[in-house]
Amino acid sequence: MSEKTSIRLRVNGTFYERSADPRTLLVDFLRHSIGLKGAHVGCAHGVCGACTVQIDSRAARSCLHFAIDLQGSDIKTVEGLANGDELHPIQQSFHENHALQCGYCTPGFLMTIEEFLRHNPNPTEEEIRESLADNICRCTGYANIVEAVMDAAKKLRGEVILEGGKDVSP
Amino acid sequence: MKPAKFEFHAARSPEEAVTLLDRYDGDARILAGGQSLVPLMNFRVLQPRALVSINHCPELNYIRQEDNYITVGALCRQIDAEQSSLVQSRCPLLAAALPWVGGVANRNRGTVCGSLAHADPLAEIPAVAMALDAQLNIRGARGLRTIPVGKFFVSDLTTAIEPGEMLESVKFPTASPNSGAAFVEVGNRAHGFAVVGVAAYLEVDNEGKCTLARLAAIGVGSTPVRLRIAEAVVERANNIDCALNDVANCSGDRLEPAGGFHADAEYKKEVVGVLVVRAIKKAYASYKIRSGH
Repeated sequence: MSEKTSIRLRVNGTFYERSADPRTLLVDFLRHSIGLKGAHVGCAHGVCGACTVQIDSRAARSCLHFAIDLQGSDIKTVEGLANGDELHPIQQSFHENHALQCGYCTPGFLMTIEEFLRHNPNPTEEEIRESLADNICRCTGYANIVEAVMDAAKKLRGEVILEGGKDVSP
Repeated sequence: MKPAKFEFHAARSPEEAVTLLDRYDGDARILAGGQSLVPLMNFRVLQPRALVSINHCPELNYIRQEDNYITVGALCRQIDAEQSSLVQSRCPLLAAALPWVGGVANRNRGTVCGSLAHADPLAEIPAVAMALDAQLNIRGARGLRTIPVGKFFVSDLTTAIEPGEMLESVKFPTASPNSGAAFVEVGNRAHGFAVVGVAAYLEVDNEGKCTLARLAAIGVGSTPVRLRIAEAVVERANNIDCALNDVANCSGDRLEPAGGFHADAEYKKEVVGVLVVRAIKKAYASYKIRSGH
């Protein structure tokens, strides 16, 4: 049967080479082989969205991919969002709008929303709610997440000027 | 849970993929998007001895117009088909159904052909294939064979793909300029499994009479089913609006859906009529936009 094999993945711009079984799911490779624990395991069958990362700039469930099959792809996790100590505007908006409580679902939301706002920089509230429909949050009731996405969209459009995470818009 | 052990192969071409499949005597599976296969492996419902990935066969990632067909290759992701101007203009029923298929993260990875090959009885793309009389190109060790969709779906999760074969592409007949298409469904959650869904493709003449109706439903059988009684009613009527009452009443005839956790059989028979009416109205509205009437 299958033996451990060398798997080389590009994650957040860095190559990691680790020995793992072919059956190793991407989320387990990220968490246990590399030590990037931002992507969380919720349902392990693609429904809850807690494990969402980006594969070649598109949101994807890391519990539904085998690490071995993604050699040559560009993986981005929540750890790759912030710029050093400076939060990504979506992270900053989540912080300011209290868009998380326990935080377990948050990395998946952030990676989903980052792709969504890249394609739709000026969304309606309905479009935002539609985009969040496949990530499950059982704490917030979603209201503050919707607020945060609207706020993040403004920041990303340049309508809010941030310096060191603080709003310094005129 | 986590999947059982398997051997992994990355095929570089469809020919190599079927050669690899052949080694395992039916106990190997093709891996493309994995959005249906991997959950079943995580649950250990499926424990194939090997996976043959076609994710490294760029030649299978295409949408092409060939004669009067739109051909979609085995590696074409659902999101790419959904956003393709060729699919939107020449196969609008597929474009209308795709947003119902899982969330964006699932559609980003899941493939059009993978959904057909998996043959979940609640999946939307098989209903589109049924409604449009699609053709399936299946590759085996001896080359390609083409079968009509009517012979493809056998029962839930079972198709005419034999051990050692793979679905290489699907051909959807292109839509007439005088046509409209719509997909509607009811379910418990947005992008969750459908309870019942209906695909409608209509060709309409200048007087508003339907000259060709193609209706297919999911959730009322172990495969998608064509609603031929309702199709005949729509085609016989002098215009589409006056067919709607009759269609609502007859669509559930001869269907024998299984009752399930979320809906019993009576509800499904009733709701299929409601959905057929909604789908026809929506398809007719899209015809008016498409044809400029």
